[in-house]
Amino acid sequence: MSYLSQVLHHLMKDLRLEWRSRDAINGMLFFSLLVVVVFSLAFDPTGNPTTTREIAGGILWIALLFASVTALNQSWAREIRNSVLDAQRMAPAPASALFLGKALANLIFVTAVEVVLAPLFIVFFNLHALGQTWLLAAIMPLGTWALVVNGTFFAALGIRTKNRELLLPLLLFPISVPALLAMVNATTDVLTANVDQIQPYFWIKLLAAYDIVFTTICLLLFETILNAE
Amino acid sequence: MTVELTGQKRSIIPRVATAIWFAVALAVLGIGFRQAIFLVPKESSMGDLQRIFYYHVPSAILGMIFPYINCAASLAFLYWRRRDPWKALGADALAVASAEVTLIFVTIGLATGSLWAKPAWGVWWVWDARTTTFLALWLLFAAYLITRKFAGATSQGHTLAAVISIFAAIDVPISFMSIRWWRTQHPAPVFDGGNLDKSFWPGILWNLAGWGLWGFLVMGLRYALERRRQRMQEEAALEAIEASLEITQ
Repeated sequence: MSYLSQVLHHLMKDLRLEWRSRDAINGMLFFSLLVVVVFSLAFDPTGNPTTTREIAGGILWIALLFASVTALNQSWAREIRNSVLDAQRMAPAPASALFLGKALANLIFVTAVEVVLAPLFIVFFNLHALGQTWLLAAIMPLGTWALVVNGTFFAALGIRTKNRELLLPLLLFPISVPALLAMVNATTDVLTANVDQIQPYFWIKLLAAYDIVFTTICLLLFETILNAE
Repeated sequence: MTVELTGQKRSIIPRVATAIWFAVALAVLGIGFRQAIFLVPKESSMGDLQRIFYYHVPSAILGMIFPYINCAASLAFLYWRRRDPWKALGADALAVASAEVTLIFVTIGLATGSLWAKPAWGVWWVWDARTTTFLALWLLFAAYLITRKFAGATSQGHTLAAVISIFAAIDVPISFMSIRWWRTQHPAPVFDGGNLDKSFWPGILWNLAGWGLWGFLVMGLRYALERRRQRMQEEAALEAIEASLEITQ
């Protein structure tokens, strides 16, 4: 079996599991909706649209970051039941295929949440972007992948430690500092359009570089943490 | 734990070397203190306030040196993990010692910087490039040490910690660049700017040497402590195995 089809098998397995339970997506969706509502209550976004545009990018990403943390923990907890993870370790397939399949599945889940959340966000925050909106089509997937690839890795790293729910944000947030800066600034640039036009491209490039670097490291080191004992 | 260390007799040389090192570090720190507080001339615009720099700059520099030791030790751990477990444990002891020293220096750097910023800039903290990078460094090493705690002193925990250390080592330059393009308010670095008068150098260099000696001393002591704890653990495990063999006979 080729590497690609192994990744696809892992991916389809995760999608099928999620389709049957729908735990992760429902939990994330409701959680991020709550974060958006709480922020709307705290800031009164309809009153002053200029401020709203400046902070909306940050709020959107914070909601997604917190929501994805809740789902990422579950995505490996699922493999612990019935010792599935031990079976995975014995399987002849490369460990990185397991990781890549899981990360892609998480990317799909978080993207699904974004698709539902974005219209709600626009309605609640009375938003209309002043910059080049189509850039968001690059920013959103790149930013989501940055969160999901490291998040999936650290969730796997923490799965056999105590306090694993706490460990994921403890590791993911500091490592994600550059990515968070890039995605929040790029989104804010697009929403407000009060910067020179070079800025969003710079942040998108940084985000892409971050994605490439950390995807590579995750793939290289995943076998080490999967077999750590 | 009251397991006594048996086996090889410990040599006196490391103790004497440590004592000499300690004395030298104290002497250099004394000279550094005298230079920084009494001898170096008062800075023209900030006055005595600027003297905090003789502690801030060395701590900040050392806080950026010890992470390299941590990263190298973690790589060595991953290399020796399957080949030579006892050497790997040594690398892990060095990793934890250097991480703790890093955290101390970065904390001192942040605290002294904040103390300076209040009178100079009027605020305790600004979210500019250098401060934010340094805070990110602090967060990474705090997360590293907390993970070590959660993962436990097992070989699994050591492997996870080594992996996190590699992530941190790769993350630091990226966040350094990204934050630098984001904002800059911090004064230009002292060493490549060249805008520092010659008369201020003794204050910085003596303190850098003194705190460097102190940092390596603390790291060495912490390493020795961790090594001894590992040896005790090994011996306890060995005794347990021997005891279990006796029962089956």
